[in-house]
Amino acid sequence: MADNSVLLGLVEEFVSGQVDSKAAETATGVKTGQFTILQLVEALGLSLSSSQHQTRGRGVQLLSEVLQESYSSLSEREVEVLLAFYENRLKDHYVIIPHVLQGLKALTKCSVLPPGSAVSILKSIFQDIHVQSLMLAERSCVYNILISLMESKEEELKGLGADFIFGFVQSVDGERDPRNLLLAFQVARNIIQRGYDLGKFVEELFEVMSCYFPIDFSPPPSDPRGITREELVLSLRAVLTGTSQFAEFLLPLIIEKLDSDIQSAKVDSLQTLAACGLTYSHKELAEFLPGLWSSIRREVSQTASERVETAGLSALSALVSCLSRSVLTSDSEDVLQVFLSLVLKDCQHHLCEPDLKLVWPSAKLLQAAAGASYRASLIVSAAIIPSLLEQYNNRTQCAQRRTLLEVLQGFVQPTALSRPADGEDSVLVAFQQSLCGVVFSALTESSAGLQITGTRVLTALGQQPGLMSQPDVEKAVDHLTRLILEEDDPKVSLAVVECSGSLAHLHPKAFISRMIPRLKEEILSGQSDAAVRQRCVTVLASVSSLSSVVQESAPVLLQVLASAHTGSCGFSVEEVAAVCISLQKIAAHARDSEEIGRFFHDIIIPHLLGLCLQAALQSRDAGHSSPLTDEAVLSAVVPVMSTACAALQSESASRMAAQAVSLFLDGDVSFLPENAFPSKIQLLQIQSPALSQLVCLLMACVCSLPCSVEIPEIDRLLLQLEDLSCTCPHLFSYTCAAKCFAGLLNKRPAGEALDAVLERVMKRISVELENSSSVQRTRALTLLLWVSKALLLRYHPLSTALTDQLFALLSDPALGSQAADGFGVLMSDSQDVLNRGCHADVRIMYRQRFFAENSAKLVEGFNSAEQEKKSCYLKALSHIVSNLPRQVQLTELPALLPLLLEALACVDQAVQLSTLSCLQPVLLEPPEALRNQLEALFSRLLALTTSPAMKVRIASLQCVHALSRLPEHMILPFRARVLKALAVPLDDKKRLVRKEAVAARAEWFLLGSPGGR
Amino acid sequence: MSGGTRLENANPLIFERSGERLLTVADEDEDVADPIDDREIFDLIRSINDPEHPLSLEELNVVEQMRVNVNDEESTVSVEFTPTIPHCSMATLIGLSLKVKLLRSLPDRFKIDVHITPGTHASEDAVNKQLADKERVAAALENSQLLEVVNQCLSTRSM
Repeated sequence: MADNSVLLGLVEEFVSGQVDSKAAETATGVKTGQFTILQLVEALGLSLSSSQHQTRGRGVQLLSEVLQESYSSLSEREVEVLLAFYENRLKDHYVIIPHVLQGLKALTKCSVLPPGSAVSILKSIFQDIHVQSLMLAERSCVYNILISLMESKEEELKGLGADFIFGFVQSVDGERDPRNLLLAFQVARNIIQRGYDLGKFVEELFEVMSCYFPIDFSPPPSDPRGITREELVLSLRAVLTGTSQFAEFLLPLIIEKLDSDIQSAKVDSLQTLAACGLTYSHKELAEFLPGLWSSIRREVSQTASERVETAGLSALSALVSCLSRSVLTSDSEDVLQVFLSLVLKDCQHHLCEPDLKLVWPSAKLLQAAAGASYRASLIVSAAIIPSLLEQYNNRTQCAQRRTLLEVLQGFVQPTALSRPADGEDSVLVAFQQSLCGVVFSALTESSAGLQITGTRVLTALGQQPGLMSQPDVEKAVDHLTRLILEEDDPKVSLAVVECSGSLAHLHPKAFISRMIPRLKEEILSGQSDAAVRQRCVTVLASVSSLSSVVQESAPVLLQVLASAHTGSCGFSVEEVAAVCISLQKIAAHARDSEEIGRFFHDIIIPHLLGLCLQAALQSRDAGHSSPLTDEAVLSAVVPVMSTACAALQSESASRMAAQAVSLFLDGDVSFLPENAFPSKIQLLQIQSPALSQLVCLLMACVCSLPCSVEIPEIDRLLLQLEDLSCTCPHLFSYTCAAKCFAGLLNKRPAGEALDAVLERVMKRISVELENSSSVQRTRALTLLLWVSKALLLRYHPLSTALTDQLFALLSDPALGSQAADGFGVLMSDSQDVLNRGCHADVRIMYRQRFFAENSAKLVEGFNSAEQEKKSCYLKALSHIVSNLPRQVQLTELPALLPLLLEALACVDQAVQLSTLSCLQPVLLEPPEALRNQLEALFSRLLALTTSPAMKVRIASLQCVHALSRLPEHMILPFRARVLKALAVPLDDKKRLVRKEAVAARAEWFLLGSPGGR
Repeated sequence: MSGGTRLENANPLIFERSGERLLTVADEDEDVADPIDDREIFDLIRSINDPEHPLSLEELNVVEQMRVNVNDEESTVSVEFTPTIPHCSMATLIGLSLKVKLLRSLPDRFKIDVHITPGTHASEDAVNKQLADKERVAAALENSQLLEVVNQCLSTRSM
């Protein structure tokens, strides 16, 4: 009884006292079992039957709110009684209806709806309520009731037949709110997709839905609901294209809307048409095909917009693939054939006018049609290809032939849909001979454009089985070889290189027997000029993706290096470095093929090491300087070895490590070819630079091996490297020694051994830094830098101590600037060591972490530094920031902006340049913080446009250009000032500066001007 | 361009675009002064959009490098343009776009002369006279509808 009085109290307070919170308390009571629904109804008794409709409304509201919380615990009997009550209340006064609908919505979510209830609920709703005169929330309630009933009582609703459709059409007719429309579209989609009988209301349902097509909706600026136009478009499209019963109404509507002036309406119509292609069959389309085709053709050939063109082409493609699915009957004509002949009739003749504008839209339309299915591509190819080939042979102008060949290229490459199935031939088989003939004739023309297009068609032909016979392939290889040797246009060579690469993957034999020997002869003849040799070397790298080819091509390159060493053919240093780059490209394939890796391990690397060692010894003894002792060449050899070593399997990797270490520590030369080396060479001792710099090759071999590989005698190795890096007078050698040391440290497992090495090296660095000689201090700084990097990458606890030492050095009078540049090394990816390709231990987001931990120190150091030392801090900062990922830059910019602006005003041009380059990408999507700093930013940037350094002028103009894309209201006040300031660099003495100034000024002119932006 | 309207010349001849200007070592050298030359002027105007077609003036052969003459020392530029058909109603608009582009892109020491290639347009003299008249050009740019079309021709295409 106590409960009962509590309940009465709650009801009383809610109904008469208007205390809304009591509903929640009551609901909790019902949910916890304190009272039952029956008790609540009894307690509500008087309010529910009151003659005051406000009181009745309050009563129903309380009941509905409780039901919303507790509908899942109701029994079937309770539901039945409540439903009867609510259905009856629908006839009540209008102020009560909202609460009644809320209650009904809750009840329809019950799992124990009694049979027949769905029908009766819907009948009462459709009968007693005029949905569109309800408020927004109540309309939404009705749609939600429909959705839940469709989920739980599908059979019953289908039993209602067309009445249900009619009721829905009536209730949705005139809906305007986008939130409710999404619900209404969902109901309609359910009706269509779940097979409800539309009866005689097909047209009514279509009318009531299609009146929203095409959707024109732009959400209010700060839309909390986040409904997008895209969402509405897609759900409406699903309704309209969901059933072919709508076809007779939808297709004329699409044709009509395509005439619209609004671009988005055209695109939407075309995309809707493309979606129809999936559900319709030719029956529905047949009648409208001519109209649809002429609209699509008009749009594609007249539009200036790529979106309309793409949408038009995919609509055509969808139509054709729909027609291709249709089953042929003996008495009717082939609809696909009929439609395609219409397309061909309208487009084909334009292909005979390769100079005129319409050749391209027509070609694209035909290609879209051909790409829709295998059958369509057969029909279109049969009609088009012979005439294109004939045209090509009859025309003599290169430009026309090129256009024809480019059009042809589009037909040669099959799409995913038009690819022949197993057992079917390529559609081009019939034209195989003449296609190859045309391609070869293009390759022999003198026009670069024609040659380039020729190679592309050749690539496409080569990739389809059955289109090139063996003699054709050989002929093609001969043509490619000739082009490489004779054509000096860089675009042609690039195209030939790409084409050779893709053909060599499929036809390696032809390349091995015909191209490689010819190239080898040319490179080593010593008579051709450097550009030809360079092209030969590049193409050798690009054809070498298969092991069988690599075994032929890599030795050629090795031979080039050998003859460069002996000086027989007069190779320049740049050429030798380029040969190494090609070798590295080949080595990269070792990742995919173990065989290539083994070949490099067994043959290439020992030969390379041997050659370099020989060159170094000769230069020490005889003073003969071979290109292989040049730093640039050695720096190019390093990536060859490290790429190959990184791909080695565990066994060969261990062998590699052992061989390299014994060579460098003990002078063991037994694994090198042509064993003519003095024994007991001490490579890690201080001696002539030519020998000491070979330490970079040690780095290439041991620092790129997988972490699991144990390096023999690592402690002795580390000690010698440390000595070399602290004492060697030669810059390249001690830097490489430091890098090698760091690369090994980075992979060393944590533990006492590592700690001991670290303690020793840190002490050593401190001692060396105490020295007065600047050379010694620079060496110590280099070692410090690389060791810091090795530890920073793996999150080693000691890295902070080391980087703090670097920060301290920023205020050093002699080393400050070098230390600042060191931050660039620390934050950027190093090419030859300590990167992921070398299996180094690189933790994710180490840059962000470093920045987060240290930016404050930097700012503090900057503020407390003396005026003339501030630039080092700015330089360090700009190195760090410019290496951060953009997302982080954007979030950190507010804090750093004042400092960066300071950096722009700094006199050091390198600082200006790196700050500008890190600002420019940020300006494309400016953060909020920029808003208050625009004045300062503009005055600094505009001042830099007349800087003495050309690169600074260019970079600052690019920033000013980027700023023109900021929201108009922010930058319009600066327009006049910017235009005036940019008039000056228009007369700059450098053309590159003028070009940037023109581009920036043009954009600023368009700003805020009609037709501009 | 709406669906129904007909173009004056729906299927014009298309010409090949010339490539980007090749960078030379002198271009990168701080100390060498590069004079403004014909090619530089041509690069300024060749990418202007045609008012009718989604094509550039270069592709329609309305402007050609050989019809551009510049004298950097005397600060004069002369550009001849060729309408695609003799009755092209867009000739004035094209001329105006050329003129505006050059005014915005060249230092103000230059005297800019834009006119129709002799013998290629029916009302050649009238158009030339309009383009040569400073005040009429200025007045045309005060007209916001005209300015809008000119700006559309001058904006870098993005769609």
